[in-house]
Amino acid sequence: MRRAALVGIGAAALVAAVALAQGGPPEPQRQIPNPMSGRHFATPETLAIQDDDFLNPAFLWVEEGEEAWNRVEGTSGQSCASCHQDARETMRGVRARMPAYHPRLQRVVTLEQQVNICRTERMGAPALPIDSRPLNAITTFIALQSRGMPVNVDISGPARPFFDAGERFYNTRRGQLDMRCGSCHEDNYGRYLRADLLSQGMSNGFPTYRLKEQRVISLQFRLQGCVNDVRGEAPPMGGEEFTNLEFYLAWRAQGLPVESPSVRR
Amino acid sequence: MRLGAAKLFLGLAIGLTGAALAQTGPLVPYRVVDDAIPESLTGTPGDPDRGRALALDRSKGNCVTCHNMPVNADFQGDLGPPLDGVASRWTEGELRLRIVDSKRINPDSNMPSFYRVEGLTAVRRDWAGRPMLTAQEVEDILAYLLTLR
Ligand code: HEC
Ligand code: HEC
Ligand code: HEC
Repeated sequence: MRRAALVGIGAAALVAAVALAQGGPPEPQRQIPNPMSGRHFATPETLAIQDDDFLNPAFLWVEEGEEAWNRVEGTSGQSCASCHQDARETMRGVRARMPAYHPRLQRVVTLEQQVNICRTERMGAPALPIDSRPLNAITTFIALQSRGMPVNVDISGPARPFFDAGERFYNTRRGQLDMRCGSCHEDNYGRYLRADLLSQGMSNGFPTYRLKEQRVISLQFRLQGCVNDVRGEAPPMGGEEFTNLEFYLAWRAQGLPVESPSVRR
Repeated sequence: MRLGAAKLFLGLAIGLTGAALAQTGPLVPYRVVDDAIPESLTGTPGDPDRGRALALDRSKGNCVTCHNMPVNADFQGDLGPPLDGVASRWTEGELRLRIVDSKRINPDSNMPSFYRVEGLTAVRRDWAGRPMLTAQEVEDILAYLLTLR
């Protein structure tokens, strides 16, 4: 037993030494090594809606997103399709690897932000407000092209400080209730918070159709809700803090299949 | 013994900050002795009926969100242990500290501190500087807990 522990420490030290020798920070370890998708915590009724594309109301957003994909907008007279052609091919896997480090902007960007970067910088069209219906429509359409593919974000190299900032946000107790994200989603998943069965707070189902809101919501809208519930001051959607947090959440969900558009209560 | 003395000292120190705060903020000072607050925060006995209502009220104690309680409520949480029988397991002073600031009993506790305003991060503006419960509301909920034998 003692010996096994010593060997364990030795192995950990070795990993750390190798990481140092390579000049990178040590590999982060996941609190939940084998994550479970939110679908394991949803009721059969909710899943029945999610699993039938004809019943799932999010497919209205998918249709709107597909229309917008082909619509010419902005001063340069282009649509998304002008540059990216058939989304079914070019957008396959994109949702699974985002948020991602954007080399030119030298920061991590979410799918929402990337869409707006293309609109403002390439199309000469105005940015769409975060969590607005037209933006959620296009991201839901793009996310669908990755359905079933494993979440696989790259946190290495220049992306790492953004990941670290997201991790710090996740683990900071905040609000009047003084809880960290993990107070609910790591320490207490599978337990009830009044009527809510707590999941592991995985992000692989976003954008999601929320029955309570009767609309598709973006991940950061959900995050605002969680911060609000602990009576915390939520940072703005689309801002740096939530972008980094979203990046960290994607890494927590690494390996889970993209399930957007999921359906939640 | 040494530990008890240290805690008493800490309690007094916190009590003093509390006293200092009392001039500007809403907190009354209190004394922590051996994981308990022996004296009432207000001197006015708590009302168990009001306490029971506060324990169910989402904007107040909201204890039922995390605890099963011997009441009729459609949904009861289970983040914490059931509250039935707590009065046989803990003394009045221990239960008072548990409501006021459970982190003093267990620093990793996920139970909110209902009577604390310091050491918190990014509190929503509408709640900043205010404790979750008033001193009398703490005494009311405590009076209700003491009926749970
Ligand atoms: C004028 C060409 C152009 C148009 C029009 C355009 N994009 Fe882009 N898009 C790019 C380029 C170039 C990139 C590479 C990243 C960058 O420079 O921002 C990109 C990257 C992307 C990515 C990330 C792809 C990946 O593989 O990681 C997404 C998603 C995206 N665009 C969506 C859209 C959407 C949605 C629209 C329409 C609203 C759109 N783009 C319109 C040029 C364009
Ligand atoms: C007081 C408990 C609590 C805290 C603290 C909390 N959440 Fe949540 N969260 C919930 C509840 C309840 C739900 C809805 C049910 C579920 O999926 O757990 C939820 C849902 C989520 C979901 C959606 C999961 C899905 O499958 O649709 C994500 C993502 C999430 N939370 C992330 C976070 C993050 C990040 C934080 C920290 C900023 C956080 N939560 C803090 C209670 C909490
Ligand atoms: C966010 C969840 C949460 C809320 C809200 C909450 N508690 Fe707790 N409570 C806990 C947890 C978790 C424990 C287990 C001990 C620990 O972790 O500190 C606990 C422990 C207790 C205990 C000790 C029980 C025992 O048998 O050891 C009492 C008494 C208690 N809580 C009373 C209350 C009262 C009264 C309220 C409402 C004013 C309340 N709690 C609200 C989470 C909560």
